[in-house]
Amino acid sequence: MADNDLFRVRFQELKPAMRPEEAHLESSRCLYCYDAPCIQACPTHIDVPRFIKQIASKNVEGSGKTILEANALGHSCARVCPVEVLCEGSCVYLAWHEKPIEIARLQRYATDHLHENDLEPFKPGKDNGKPVAVIGAGPAGLSCAYYLRRLGHPVTVFEKQKVPGGLNSHGVAEYKMTQETSLDEVKKLLELGAKLEDGVEIGKDVTAALLEKKFSAVFVGIGLGPTNRLNVPGEELDGVWDALSFIWHVKRRKLAPLGKSETTIVIGAGNTSIDAVTQSKRTGAGRVLMAYRRGESDMSAYDFEYALAKSDGAEFLWNAAPVAILGRKKVEGVRFQRTKLKKDGSLELLKETFDVKCDRVIKAIGQSKLTGLASKLGLGLDQGGRIAVNPTTLATSRKRWFAGGDSINGGKEVVNAAADGKRAAWHIHASLTGAKTPAPEHAYWVATIEGKKLVQTPNPAERLNG
Amino acid sequence: MADLSTNCAGIKSPNPFWLASAPPANSGEQVMRAFDHGWGGAVWKTLGEDPPVINVTSRYGAIDIGGQKIAGLNNVELITDRPLADNLKEIYQVKKRYPKHAVVASLMVPCERASWHDIVKRVEDAGCDGLELNFGCPHGMSERGMGSAVGQIPEYTQRVTEYVKEIAKTPVLVKLTPNITDIRYPARAAKAGGADGVSLINTINSVMGVNLDTLTPKFAVGGKGAHGGYCGPAVKPIALNMVSQISNDPETRGLPMSGIGGISTWSDAVEFMLLGCSSVQLCTAVMHYGFRIVEELNAGLSDWMDQKGFKKLDDFIGLSAPNIVEWKHLNLHHKTVAKIQPDKCIECQLCFVACNDTAHQCIAIPAKPTAKGRKRVPVVIEEDCVGCNLCSLVCPVDGCIEMTPVKTGHAPLTWEQYTKNGFKGYKEVYKRMHS
Ligand SMILES: Cc1cc2nc3c(=O)[nH]c(=O)nc-3n(C[C@H](O)[C@H](O)[C@H](O)COP(=O)(O)OP(=O)(O)OC[C@H]3O[C@@H](n4cnc5c(N)ncnc54)[C@H](O)[C@@H]3O)c2cc1C
Ligand SMILES: Cc1cc2nc3c(=O)[nH]c(=O)nc-3n(C[C@H](O)[C@H](O)[C@H](O)COP(=O)(O)O)c2cc1C
Ligand code: SF4
Repeated sequence: MADNDLFRVRFQELKPAMRPEEAHLESSRCLYCYDAPCIQACPTHIDVPRFIKQIASKNVEGSGKTILEANALGHSCARVCPVEVLCEGSCVYLAWHEKPIEIARLQRYATDHLHENDLEPFKPGKDNGKPVAVIGAGPAGLSCAYYLRRLGHPVTVFEKQKVPGGLNSHGVAEYKMTQETSLDEVKKLLELGAKLEDGVEIGKDVTAALLEKKFSAVFVGIGLGPTNRLNVPGEELDGVWDALSFIWHVKRRKLAPLGKSETTIVIGAGNTSIDAVTQSKRTGAGRVLMAYRRGESDMSAYDFEYALAKSDGAEFLWNAAPVAILGRKKVEGVRFQRTKLKKDGSLELLKETFDVKCDRVIKAIGQSKLTGLASKLGLGLDQGGRIAVNPTTLATSRKRWFAGGDSINGGKEVVNAAADGKRAAWHIHASLTGAKTPAPEHAYWVATIEGKKLVQTPNPAERLNG
Repeated sequence: MADLSTNCAGIKSPNPFWLASAPPANSGEQVMRAFDHGWGGAVWKTLGEDPPVINVTSRYGAIDIGGQKIAGLNNVELITDRPLADNLKEIYQVKKRYPKHAVVASLMVPCERASWHDIVKRVEDAGCDGLELNFGCPHGMSERGMGSAVGQIPEYTQRVTEYVKEIAKTPVLVKLTPNITDIRYPARAAKAGGADGVSLINTINSVMGVNLDTLTPKFAVGGKGAHGGYCGPAVKPIALNMVSQISNDPETRGLPMSGIGGISTWSDAVEFMLLGCSSVQLCTAVMHYGFRIVEELNAGLSDWMDQKGFKKLDDFIGLSAPNIVEWKHLNLHHKTVAKIQPDKCIECQLCFVACNDTAHQCIAIPAKPTAKGRKRVPVVIEEDCVGCNLCSLVCPVDGCIEMTPVKTGHAPLTWEQYTKNGFKGYKEVYKRMHS
C-alpha cells in the first residue's frame, strides 16, 4: 500500500465529524443538567450543557465561542481528550445505563464550524505595554499566549522546533488528530497577535537573563524531555526506537526511515506504549507485542486505549522485564526476565529468563524531565523533578516566572496543559497589573479557572432535617 | 375482544376512529384505502360550491421540538379544490363498497339558506351517513364570511344549523372553532339550532415563526405568510379542555361529541372518550405516518378495554368528565409532597435548580454524600414543599420523583366552603406559607 492510501485507510479518524442532522439529534438528547458533572470533569471547566444547547438551538458559532472561552485548545481537545475518563465518563446518562452524550464530537462540530468559516470569537485586549515571553509552543504555552493576548499583553512565543504545537503536532496518535489539524489550530490561536519565534531554543540561543530584561513576565511550557532509557545492553542497535521518534516519523507521514518489521516489541504499558503499538500495526508491522514488567491490572494505560490495542491485534507479555536487547548489528530479539509482584507492591525478579525474537524494539517507558533546563532557567523543582509551582497561581520559585503543562505535572493530557495556560495567564496579568478582579469581558473565563459559576443557585441544605 | 363499534350522534361505525376532514380524506381512493387499513369512518375533505377554491404553495408549516418532528402543524389550506361532482361520485362509490363504515360529508357554503339546502340534498343523495358543518376553518374561508367567521358568532352558528336541520335526513354535527373565548356559547348555539352533536376542535390561529435570515415568515408563500390553523400533538390539552367544558355544561351535557385535536395514539383517543366523545377524528398523526397507524389505534384501545373489563365503548365514554370541576371545588386540605427515590436518581439536579430558582426553594443537596460516591442526590425539605409537581415534571427518570399524599388529618375544605364560612376552617396545611 502506498503511504497515502495507508494513511487514508488505516489512520481514519476514530471520532469522525458529525453531520448537522446527527449534531442536532445528539445535542437535543442533552438533559442540560444543573451544575453538570461534565463541567467539573473537564479540567478547563467548559460549560458543556450550554455549548450543547447552543448547537441544538442552531447557534453553532455561539457554541464555539462558549468552548473557546474556557479552553483555547477546544479544537484539538475535541479530538484528543480521553473523554471516557473526563466529561463523557461523568455524563448522568451512564447512571441511567444509557449511552452518554457524545460531548467530544459535538465540541468538534462547533469548533470545526469556527475553523471552516474562519471565525474568531475574541479580540485582543487593548495593549497594556507589559510584554510576556512564553517558552514552548505546545498546548500550555499556546493557551497561555491566547489568554494573555485577550488581556492585552504583547506576547512572544519561543519554540525550539521548526514545527509548533508541541506534542499535539508530534505526539498525539495520527488517527485521533492529524498534524495538519494541530497546525490549523496553532495558526488560529496566533491570530490574536502572539508572535511565534520558531527554531529558538531558550537556554541555548537565548538566555534567561535576556528574557528577563526584555519581558515583564515569562511563562514556561517546555513539556518533558526525550523517552527514558532502558539502560540494558543492546540499546544502541539498529532497529531500536524510542516511542517519540517512532511516532514523530508516523506523524510526518514519512515511513521509509522506519523500515519494515515482521515482529515489533513495544516496551512499557502506558498510553504512549499503546500509541506505539497501534501505529506499528497500522503502518504494517506483522506481529506487535507489548511487554510490561508488571501485570495486566497494573498497566497505566486507560481501559479504552488497551481495548483499542487489543482490537488492533496486539499481543501482550506480562511480568516480563527486559534485561537485554539481542542482536549483532541489528536487533534480533529481546531477553526478558520473569517477574512477580510481591505483597507490598514491589517487584521481584525471578530466575527464569526467556528470549523473544523480533526485528524492531520501541521503548515507551515514559519521558524524562527537563531538570537540566529548568535549573538553567533558575526554576526550583519538586521531589519528582517537576518544576515546582504555587498550585493556585502557577508561579515558580523565580519572581514573575510561571509554568504549566507537562513540565509541572510530569505528563498528563493536552486539556490539563490548556487549563494551566489559562490559569497562568490570569495570574500573570494580576501580578503585573495588580488587578484583583477581572474586567467584565473577562469575568466569565476567569471564573472557569476554578470551575465557578458567576451566579450560583443557593443550596438550602442547612434546612434539611438531620 | 371488546366491541369497538360506536354510534356518534346517530352516525354508526365499526370503530370510533375517523379520518378528520382534511387531506387524508380528500378522495374516494384514499378513503377506501383507509377503510382497508381499519379506519371506522371518514369525514370528507370539506365540500363547497363550484367553482372550487384555489390553494397556494406552500401550505404547511411545523414546529419540531428536539428530535420530535411535527410537535405542532399549521396549514393555510382551504376546503377541497376538486369539483363537487367528482367528490359526490366518489362518496357514492365508497358507500357502495363500504356500507358499514361512516362517511360524513363536511360542508361549507355561504350563509344562505338556499346554498345550504342545495348542498345538503346533493351530498345526502350521494349516500353519506351524516353531515359535519365546517364552522371552524380559521384561515382564508373566514375572510369570505365562512368557516370560523360563522363559528365565532353563536347566532350565525344557530341560524345556519337551523337551515341545515330544516331538510337534513342524516345526523348533523357542527364542527366548532377553538378561536373563541368560551366554547360553551357556540356549543349551546349549535344545540339550539338542532344539531345532533358537535365535533371539536378545528385548528387554532397561528403564525409558525419568522425566518431570521430573510426576516419573512417561516413557511411563506413567496415571502409573505398568512396566519394558519394549528393542530397536532401540541393542541391536545386545549381540545380536551373544550370537550370537558361541553360535557360539564348543564346546557349541553349529553350532547354527542366527536373529539379532535392532537390525537396520535390509542391512549390519546381514550382520554377524549373518557371526557365524553363517542368518536374521535385524526388528521396530523395520519399526515405524519400514514393510514397504517389505525392498526395500533384499534389494537391498543381493545387491549385497554379488555384489561379494564369494558365490553363496549359506552361502558366508559364520559366517565372522567365529572372529575373535572371548577377550581373552587378543589380540596384545600389535600397535601402531597415530592419524594425522590435516591436509587433512581441520576444526579442531573434539574429538580434542584427548578425548585430553587422557580418554585419554593425546598430541594437541597446534602452536605454529606447520601451513599458511597453519591454526592449530588437532592433531598426534598418536606415541611416546605408545596406539592406543586414541578420537580417531578422536570425529572427525566420515570418514577424517580413521586408526589406522595400526606395525611393532614383535616376534613376536606373547598374554597367555596371556606369563603362561605367567612374564611374559617383552613388548618394551615403548609406551614411555610405562614412562617
Ligand atoms: C505519544 C503521546 C501521545 C499523547 N496522546 C495524547 C492524547 O491522545 N490526548 C491527550 O490529551 N494528551 C496526549 N498526550 C499528552 C499531551 O500531548 C501532553 O500532555 C501535552 O502536549 C502537554 O503540553 P505542554 O505544552 O505542556 O508540552 P508539549 O506539548 O511537550 O510542548 C512543549 C513545547 O515546548 C518546546 N520547548 C521545550 N524546551 C524548549 C526550549 N528550551 N525553548 C523553546 N521551546 C522549548 C517543545 O519543543 C514543545 O514544542 C500524549 C503524549 C504523548 C507523548
Ligand atoms: C392540511 C389541513 C387541512 C385541513 N382542512 C380542513 C378542512 O377542509 N375542513 C375541516 O373541517 N378541517 C380541516 N382541517 C382541520 C382538521 O380536520 C382537524 O380538525 C385538525 O387538524 C385537528 O386535528 P389533528 O390535531 O388530529 O390534526 C385541516 C387540517 C389540516 C392540517
Ligand atoms: S413539588 Fe414543587 S415545591 Fe415541592 S419540591 Fe417539587 S418543585 Fe419544590
